[in-house]
Parts: sequence; structure tokens; C-alpha cells
Amino acid sequence: MSVSKENIRNFCIIAHIDHGKSTLADRLLEKTKSVALRDMTAQLLDKMDLERERGITIKAHAVKLNYVAEDGQEYYLNLIDTPGHVDFNYEVSRSLAACEGAILIVDATQGVEAQTLANTYLALDHDLEIVPVINKIDLPSADPERVSKEVEDVIGLDCSEAPRVSAKTGENVEEVLEQIVKLIPPPVAEDDKPCRALIFDSVYDSYKGVIVYVRIKEGKIKPGDTLRMMATGAEFTVVETGYMRAQEPEPCKELTAGEVGYITASIKTVSDARVGDTVTTVENPAAEPLPGYRKVNPMVFCGVYPADGADYEALRDALEKLQLNDAALSFEPETSGALGFGFRCGFLGLLHLEIIQERLEREYDLDLVTTIPSVVYKINLTDGSQIEIDNPTHYPDPGLIASCEEPFTDAHIYAPADYVGTIMDLCQDRRGVFVNMDYITPDRVDIHYELPLNEIIYDFFDSLKSRTRGYASFDYEISDYRASKLVKLDVLLNGDIVDALSFIIHSDKAYSKARKIAERLKDNIPRQMFEIPIQIGIGGKIIARETVKAMRKDVLAKCYGGDITRKKKLLEKQKEGKKRMRHFGTVEVPQEAFMAVLKLDDND
Amino acid sequence: MIMTDKPIGLYIHIPFCRSKCPYCDFYSMRIDEGLKQEYIEAVKREIQKSDCIFDTVYFGGGTPSQLKSQEIAEILSVVSHTDNCEITVECNPSDTGRENSIFDFDVLASAGVNRISMGLQSAVDGERKALGRLSGKEEVLNAINKCHKAGIDNISLDLMLGIPYQTIESLNESVSFCINSGVKHISAYLLKIEDNTYFGKNRDKLILPDEDTVSDMYLTVSETLRNNGFNHYEISNFSLPGYESKHNCKYWECKEYLGIGPSAHSFIDGKRLYYDNDINKFISEPELIYDDKGGSLEEYIMLGLRLSKGINFCDIKQKYSYNFNDGFIDYCRFLQDKNLLNLTENGFALTPEGFLLSNSVICELTDRL
Repeated sequence: MSVSKENIRNFCIIAHIDHGKSTLADRLLEKTKSVALRDMTAQLLDKMDLERERGITIKAHAVKLNYVAEDGQEYYLNLIDTPGHVDFNYEVSRSLAACEGAILIVDATQGVEAQTLANTYLALDHDLEIVPVINKIDLPSADPERVSKEVEDVIGLDCSEAPRVSAKTGENVEEVLEQIVKLIPPPVAEDDKPCRALIFDSVYDSYKGVIVYVRIKEGKIKPGDTLRMMATGAEFTVVETGYMRAQEPEPCKELTAGEVGYITASIKTVSDARVGDTVTTVENPAAEPLPGYRKVNPMVFCGVYPADGADYEALRDALEKLQLNDAALSFEPETSGALGFGFRCGFLGLLHLEIIQERLEREYDLDLVTTIPSVVYKINLTDGSQIEIDNPTHYPDPGLIASCEEPFTDAHIYAPADYVGTIMDLCQDRRGVFVNMDYITPDRVDIHYELPLNEIIYDFFDSLKSRTRGYASFDYEISDYRASKLVKLDVLLNGDIVDALSFIIHSDKAYSKARKIAERLKDNIPRQMFEIPIQIGIGGKIIARETVKAMRKDVLAKCYGGDITRKKKLLEKQKEGKKRMRHFGTVEVPQEAFMAVLKLDDND
Repeated sequence: MIMTDKPIGLYIHIPFCRSKCPYCDFYSMRIDEGLKQEYIEAVKREIQKSDCIFDTVYFGGGTPSQLKSQEIAEILSVVSHTDNCEITVECNPSDTGRENSIFDFDVLASAGVNRISMGLQSAVDGERKALGRLSGKEEVLNAINKCHKAGIDNISLDLMLGIPYQTIESLNESVSFCINSGVKHISAYLLKIEDNTYFGKNRDKLILPDEDTVSDMYLTVSETLRNNGFNHYEISNFSLPGYESKHNCKYWECKEYLGIGPSAHSFIDGKRLYYDNDINKFISEPELIYDDKGGSLEEYIMLGLRLSKGINFCDIKQKYSYNFNDGFIDYCRFLQDKNLLNLTENGFALTPEGFLLSNSVICELTDRL
């Protein structure tokens, strides 16, 4: 049945993390009877275990809801749930581009946070109608009055009509549905124009191939049409079109302008259906793609190695499978003297890195060693050329370097005013350049810094949270490259460089970092048959040194009444233990020593 | 039936103890007269089932001296052995060294016993007490005397290193006691705390010397005993020339032996075998269980490196038609540089420092075969 365009509403939900986005989505599904109550589970749209456990949305999800409004008419609400993390900003922007409106959830106990603002600005950039909703009114510390005022003051949104709800208990959720119908405009959509559909997500399905989630802006698409991806040029024949429902997809005979739905077309990898690309049909081709597509480039790189070298092929398979579903993940083989064969992987950010690592370990049962994450540095050589480095191993000889540049970010930290001092200390320590500071309300501030990306990719957010007891929120975007004094630190064990532990660092921080690394290694490398010198050097110059003393005693004294098998088993066990170690010449280093160096943070 | 054409070793396990020592995880129980008689009969039956000649016999335990000397003689009466067979009985000085003790070394000597091994563990009373040892030093000296009178002069004392309260000084006292007692053989074991023992369960409460001190203790004992004419012929064993334990050397030289009794192990015809840890099963339906194949090159090296004579290239070539690769020899040189191993044109052997690290060294070496 064709739907009147007047009765379609395409919207997304935006919020700071933990403000209740997924819970509200659950309630909307429930109130529109999209899911039978007995099938309801928390965070229904977050299908990955990891999403449910971490309480975050990693992939965008979409669902079509039928709602009979108070005016007696039936509406079709397309809810697009977006990832809520800065690593996935581009995905968020594409989801927003598929909508006419956005529900902005603000926690009645917390107020406006970094991502509340960042997401709101993003939504305003896309000319979305924003419907503020004050959530968590069931909590004793909720102060909807104050928070409403904060939203009005900070964002300039009228909150007098804003529903005050509890997504947890379901209280007042109907009001949200009514406001969606009333405030968010229906799509402006013309079926007769050449076809243009925006891909806002794509997922790989082993039976159907890639399922492409689209918003049809103009024209229509039906099975049998030939699709063309305007950025990649790839063409496919449409097998199926349909709507996303909460539980099972619902095939339909065509998707028309204004609708949100899915397309399958025997597409083998998600890189052929990139988020942000425009789909058109060969039958009715569009001249221009929709605006806003860009290929997302990885910002953070690290080496990923199997703990057991025999798992190399399994790791490759796993990465290939994840890449089917994640066009932003890049990887290429690399070899490390220390870690053997592995892959240099590129990620959007640290959360993306952690998620991929966790999925590799959990879903593919791999035991991994990762190297210190690195950003992409630009190195200007004395011969006038410029190279880009994402792996310390490729760092050129210092004699060949004329100058270095590192990526900077434009970062905003929102926090109670009490924490300004400690936050500024942290930012100064991370080589931040102070830009300005705004009081959002008398007791909340927006601290604006320019921070080098390599100072925040690792543990910045953790440090920030621990310094502010979790009250600060943080948002950043990459701004530019700036000249920087960089050096490469090398770790030498028994005189040999361990390539996997090398990393690039600002020269001001080299000495203190080197000392900490040497201490950490000393504490985590077990005593061996002989003394092991640990040295940290820049070029040929050693700047820190520790020694692991030689082990003295490792012997089975007793002869166990001729029980040789017992002896043999003990030695075999010892050899097994040895196998789990990484070998550098004659030095054995346990996995934990690597982890200890990688996990070095401010508190050490 | 167990049959060999050449003489082999015989180990007889006597699983009875007056009380369990807090560090010991060998199979043993309190003695019970009825069970004891049945056990002796079962041991004799099992020995007679085999058709072997023995050139070493070793009564170990448990505590063999929980048997009467006549009962040991009775068991020996069914053992076919060579004329110059080494026959050792482990004795607890508190069973044998007291004035009123009925344990009779003359009976043992007439039955062919020519070697006695006794647990001193420490010459310091407080240390011995912490090990749960009941006997005093005097009983040890008494027992040694009795042995000599019975014509048994090949006596070994056990010492323990790294035990609670021990210091380098107190250890030197124990070592001097051993040397002065005139024994021909000393075993010096590093205490290893096994999980299923009293010590293992009370690890946190033990006051033990640290790893460096224990290592120094071991090297000191080695040096002192060598200065006094003893050979450090195996990781934990020292003897005057010619008084090495022939029986124990069979274990380390991959030679054959038959072990009788619950938990006793055998190595016969390339097979490692054992009886279950169950005295009742041993009495009613004894069964030699196959454990693993034995005698591989790796095993030979693992065991041979316990001996100060080490591994001989010609032996390896003869027994296994194997020549060590360059990487292996390079690694031996590396260990030699670290003073852990001596490499000659004939073979290689561990130094006392190497003995202390023998597990690691053996792992590294056998990985390079």
C-alpha cells in the first residue's frame, strides 16, 4: 500500500551518551506496538552484544513504526538510531541527512553535555526540526525546570512544550510521538524526478550480501532496477526492497521518494555501498549526487598481531569479515621483528579501535597483541619532499628530517565550573593550546582547547573522567596539521631494538616517558637466566636505563622415586609458558609487559 | 611378565610413616600391622612375578624402617640379585638410632644390605622441628655407629636447603655435621613446596629464605663439600669417589628399573609404567599401568644434564645416531659465557650455577634439538 507522503515522518534521536537514547527508542517501539511485549529486550535496536554491554550504539539502526495519532490518522514514523560517539561523527551526519527532524534528549539530572551541543549543531547544519525532550524525570535528582532553562539558554531551543518523560518507566512517551507528528515536517519528495537515495548505513548479511539502508530523496527504486553507486560507480541489480521493522524486515514492491528502507542487490562488500554515497538507477539516472559524501579516512593506527603466530590467517579472515561491515576499518599486512606477522590497522578513533579489538577477541576468539596507537604524522624531509607516517617503524633517520607536523584537534570540554583548574592542568600537560572558556550557566563551563590528536587518542578521556569524577564531557574534531618537535623513542632489550614498542612522541615528553617505560618493563619482565639491560633511546642516544636481574634458581631438586614422566610434564609446562612469551634474541617478554607499556597513563 | 636380559634396578616402595612430614607429598600412610603383612606378601608376589636379575635394590618410602629388619630381609630373600648388588635401605634415625630400638642392622647386613640412607635434613634442632622431624642429632650419630658396627660403611645423609628459619650460617653447621659424621654420601635437596602438603597449604605463614639466599646456600654447600673431597655428581647429590648411588644413577642415565608398590614407577623396555596410588588395589589386584614411552633423546638430555659428567657426544651418536646442530652448540657456547655450562670436545655439562637453573637451561637446549 502506498503511503501518503504527508503522513511520513523521518527522524532520529540525538543525545549525549547515557542520556537515554536507546531506552527511549525501546519505548517508542513498545508504544507503537511494533514489538510484542514478550519480545521486548532492553536496547532492542542495539543488536550487537557489545552495544548492549557497553550501553552504546556502534552501528546506525533504522526502524519503521506505525502510529495512529490523536488526530485519528495513521502515520509512518521512520526512526533512525545513530551512533553516539565522536569517532562516528560522519556516520551520524549521514543519518541526520536522511531525516527531517531530530529528537534531542537531555538528561534531567545532568543537563547539556558536550555531545548534546555537538549533535544539536550537527542537526541544525542539516536544517532539521529539533524536538527537545527532557528525560529521566523519574530520578530523585531530576530537575527538569533547570535543565529546560539550560537548553533554552545554551542552545536557544524553546522548551516550554518539551515533553518531560521517563523513558525508563514509559511516562509521557506518547507526548513525544505526538510532537514528532506535529512538529517534524513531512518529507518534500517527488517521485517523478531522477532517482537519488542517500546511503546512511550498510550491513553485511551472509545470505543476502550487503543490505543497504537508504533514504529515498527523489524518484523511486524497485526490484529489477539497476543501481548505480555514484561515488564508486559500481552497478548492481536490485533483488529486494523493503522496510525495516523492529524484528523482521518487510519487503515491499518499491521504495518511493521520502521513504526510508533497505535494498539488497547481491553486493559483496560494504565498501561498494559506502555510507554517504548516493544511489541512483540506470533507468532514471540523476546528474548530480546528493551533497556531503566523503570517504572517511582512518585517523588512528596500530599494529594488531595474533598472540599465537599460528592465528595469523584466522586474524586476516576475521578482519576481512569485519571490514565487510565496516568501510572505515583499514588493514594491511605488516611484519614486526618482535611480534611476527600481523596487520597495520586504521581506525576512526580510539573507541573504534577498542571495539574492533574486542570484536576480534570475542566474536572470533582471537588472542591479540596491539602496539601503541599512532596518528598520521607529516614529515618534511631535507630533500623537500613530504611523507606521511602512521607507523613508528617507518620513521626516517633524524638526519633526513627538516621538520615534522602533527594533527591537531579543536576540542570542547563541558564540565562543572569546580573542575576548571584540574581540566586546564590536564590540557596543558597534553600540550593543549587554550582558546577560550564560556560559562554556559553560572556553574557549567565550556572549555575550548586545541589539542594534538596524539595526546588524546589514548587515555585522555579516561584521565578526564577520573579527574572530574565522571562529570566532564568531551568532544573534538580534527582541525589542521601543525609544526611540532617530534622524536622516535626506541626500546632496547639486551641491546636489540624491539620494534613493536617504538613510538613517536613530542620531544618535551620523551625523558619522563622513557623513564616510566623502563620501570614498567623492569617490573613486568620476569627474571631470566641472565641479566637483561633495558634501554630507551632516541636515535643512538640512551636516555633511560633499567636492569632485570638474572634469575638464580629454577631447578627440580627431587627425583620423585623414578617418576620421570612427572619431571617431563613439569618441563613441558614450562615450555608451554615460554611459548606464550615473545622472543627477542635470547630475551623472553611476556604479553603483560607489552600491555603494561601500552597502558602507561598519567597516574604512573 | 617383566623380563630383561641384563640386570636392572629394583625400587621397593614402603608406604608407611609414623607421621606425615609437612613438606612431603609422597604416597604414605600410618602403619597397620594387618595391612603391613598383606603388603609384604603382595610386594614379594610382584617381585616373583618378574623374571629379572637386579644389580641395585632400593627400599624407599614412606619409611622402610617402619618395617622390622627381619621383614626387609624376608622381602630381599625373594630378590634375585647379582653378587656385587648395591642394596640401599632408607632409614629414619628415630626408628633405628634409639638405644632401645629393636631395628637390627646386623640382620640387614646379613640379608645383603650394604647402603643406608638417612634423613638428617638439618643439624639445627629448631629447623628440624619445623620440618616435623622427630629424631635428634644424637640418634643420627647412634644409627651411623650401629651401621658401622654391622659392617655397613656406605651411608648417606639427606640435607634440606631453603627450609624455614635456615640461614647460611646454620646451613654451614649442618654441612659440618655431615662431613664430621664420616658418611660417604650426602644428598642436599632444595625444599620445593608442593601444593598438596601442609607447607603448600600454609605457604603464607612460612618464614623462608629468599631466592637469592637459597641460591647462595646451594652454591656454598657445593663448594664446601667439594673442598672436603666430595664430588658434586648430580644436582642434589654429593659423594666421596666411588660412593655414588648406583641405583639413583640409573634414573639419570636412562637405565632400566622396576618399581614395586603403590605410586612406584618403572622404566622397562622403552616404557614408563607405574602402579596406582592405592595400597589396597596393589594388594588385591596390582596392575602396572602404561604411562608414556621413555628413553627419547630429549629425555636422555633432560636427565643426563642432572649429572656433572653431563652429555657425551659419542654416547648420543651411538644411542640416537644424532649430531647436535650448530645452533645447539652456539647456544652451549652462549651458556658457557654465562658460566652455566662447560662445553668440551667430548660433550657438555652444567656447572653448579647451571644446575641451579637447570629447568630453564634444559628447556632452552631441548628446544634446539
